[in-house]
Amino acid sequence: MTEPAPRRASLFITCIIDQLYPDVGVSVVRALRRRGVMVDFPAGQTCCGQPLYNAGFTAEAKRLAVRVLDAFDDCERMVVPSGSCGAMIRVFYQDLFADEPELLRRAAALSERVYEFTELLTEVDGAADAAAPSDDAAQSDAGADVAAVAYHPSCHLLREMGVRRGPLDLLEAASGVSVVDLPDAEQCCGFGGAFAVKYPHISEQMLADKVEAILQSGAATVTACDMGCLMHIGGAISRRGLPVRARHIAQVLDDPAG
Amino acid sequence: MAEVTTRDFAAASRAAVQDPQLRRAFGSAGAGFDGARRDAIDEVTPEVWEQWRQQARSIKEHAVGNLDYYLELLERNVAAAGGQVHFAADANQANAIVSEIVRTRGVKVATKSKSMVSEELGLNHVLEGQGVAVFETDLGEYIIQLAEETPSHLVAPALHKTRGEVARLFADKLGVPYSDDIEEMARVARVALRQKFLDADMGISGANFLVAETGTLVIVTNEGNGRLCTSAPRIHVGITGMEKVIPSMQDLAVFLRLLPRSATGQRITSYVSMVTGPKRAADEDGPEEFHLVIVDNGRSRLLRDPALRESLYCIRCGACLNICPVYQRVGGHAYGWVYPGPIGSIVTPELVGVAQAKDLPNASTLCGACREACPVQINIPRMLLHLRHELAESPDSQRRTASDTDALLARGFAAVMSKPLLLKVARRLGRLAVKSVTRDGKIGRSRLPFLSRWTAARDLPAPPARSFSDIWRDELSRGDR
Ligand code: SF4
Repeated sequence: MTEPAPRRASLFITCIIDQLYPDVGVSVVRALRRRGVMVDFPAGQTCCGQPLYNAGFTAEAKRLAVRVLDAFDDCERMVVPSGSCGAMIRVFYQDLFADEPELLRRAAALSERVYEFTELLTEVDGAADAAAPSDDAAQSDAGADVAAVAYHPSCHLLREMGVRRGPLDLLEAASGVSVVDLPDAEQCCGFGGAFAVKYPHISEQMLADKVEAILQSGAATVTACDMGCLMHIGGAISRRGLPVRARHIAQVLDDPAG
Repeated sequence: MAEVTTRDFAAASRAAVQDPQLRRAFGSAGAGFDGARRDAIDEVTPEVWEQWRQQARSIKEHAVGNLDYYLELLERNVAAAGGQVHFAADANQANAIVSEIVRTRGVKVATKSKSMVSEELGLNHVLEGQGVAVFETDLGEYIIQLAEETPSHLVAPALHKTRGEVARLFADKLGVPYSDDIEEMARVARVALRQKFLDADMGISGANFLVAETGTLVIVTNEGNGRLCTSAPRIHVGITGMEKVIPSMQDLAVFLRLLPRSATGQRITSYVSMVTGPKRAADEDGPEEFHLVIVDNGRSRLLRDPALRESLYCIRCGACLNICPVYQRVGGHAYGWVYPGPIGSIVTPELVGVAQAKDLPNASTLCGACREACPVQINIPRMLLHLRHELAESPDSQRRTASDTDALLARGFAAVMSKPLLLKVARRLGRLAVKSVTRDGKIGRSRLPFLSRWTAARDLPAPPARSFSDIWRDELSRGDR
């Protein structure tokens, strides 16, 4: 019997992770490598263009999207630790390039190979195996130090990429993690990119309700697949000095006790 | 046309979110309707629901795609049944048509059942100017007419009012003893309105659907007032948007399943009234005249734009409002015109002018809950994006109204992100700029422009010494860590 060829994944790091939360990227790489995925990080990547696209500046968004196509055209699969950027690349690039046949062809071809981080984990070894504990996790489990984790399903992951169950399955199967119910989980946290600063009065209300739900859940950690939402939620938690941590799902899976 | 205050969205929404009563009204009522809708879907099973949505969507695509044909067919069949169709290009024309009927027939009193299009036209105002006494007969509409307000929801126009407020309103305006008992209030309204039904020369209704093959106007209501308005007075005028036409009675069935379930979670409404022409020779009663006013008022602009056309598939069920986290918090009035919420943010800009409603497409997180709820699968987020694109980049300067700052920021962001080297420099400058406001790696409250709008309620992490790209280059690329 021959060994199956190792999976290769080319990593796209969102601009928020690159600039503000590099540790999340490190956890993503570790989690994938631990599962035998060969990870590379194509040079020259910066931002998928979503902030511009969402603001209506499609000409500028295209400039960035073309760079992503250039960097990832040849990859076996692309892994994106964000439902929001993942949706941009998988779904919205095809809207963006609707009138440009050659770019549209490239966008459509790439869209077939885009994986949001948890989608890839789920595919690699199924939820049960995906959560094979790291040494750290095994130790913390032994110490009965189990993190109560609430999962916030980010909107684009949920409704554009259609990822509903996967992340929860991964968390539930992970040792050192106990998943608690988040009330009204599917309610948007109020981030919405520029929305948060254009209409802060509305955004802050949505955020306050999300934080309230997290407190009600009794979680010590709130997690999601998007650092945008977590920057927003975590920002309020930090401001209010609440005893809850906001961590990307890659960090929780990599090191539940963190 | 009804007054447009869409320019005031920012201020109006700011006031609304600070009003705890509004918050309760829209939050809990919205959640209540939405819960009922979900239960109704579970009852028929999500699989069946999807089939219905798909079917309804195809019918609308076909009907709106062949609107000319079906409107003509409708007109012929309404005429064959003894009624008359009037086409109105805009609000003024529509109001003039109804005014003309009023004038030539000596109408003094009119009763109305619920019609959002008549709200759009500002019809009551016009008729009152002609000396006609107009009475809203839908309970919610009656309440806001007494209060001299406008609807705040597509289905429940008085959603913003509390029980106590309505009781006070009735006591003040109708001279009845104060009572906030719902049954009692409904009784008071019924008594007040009963005489009006008998006095009215003209009944005005909207239409939920127009069936082309039979020339039939269909309304779904829960109060029975619609039936009285369309049958008791000697003249019935139906007023509706041109997108309401569907080909056949067969097609109607699926909409009668979807609409009440999506709106209130009901399997069917208490009344489904179908009106085909005026009274016939053999009928004992019914109106002597039937007029159908079909209004464009900007809809053909939506029809012509392939990116926005699907907004005409809307059946005004309100499901997208009930589930919208923004609508739930700012309520209906903040949107500044007749149609609030997610669908309002699409149709309002096109009907009143994009330039004066530019907040509406932006006031959304694009969370997509509306699309998931919509019984005709209308992709509202995609249309919001399209409108944002028009605001930012339309070649038509009337439509391109995004601020210069926004355009500059966008160009700057794209420039920096297009050059990894430039990004490095920008990162360094950024770190310097926030250094003075950084504590423990966090940026707290700050007065810096832009930043302050974020930091009023949220901290922000300061950029750490190394970006991910740096860490990759230094360690991860070699397999370290
Ligand atoms: S857009 Fe869809 S959900 Fe919203 S009112 Fe119209 S039909 Fe209902």
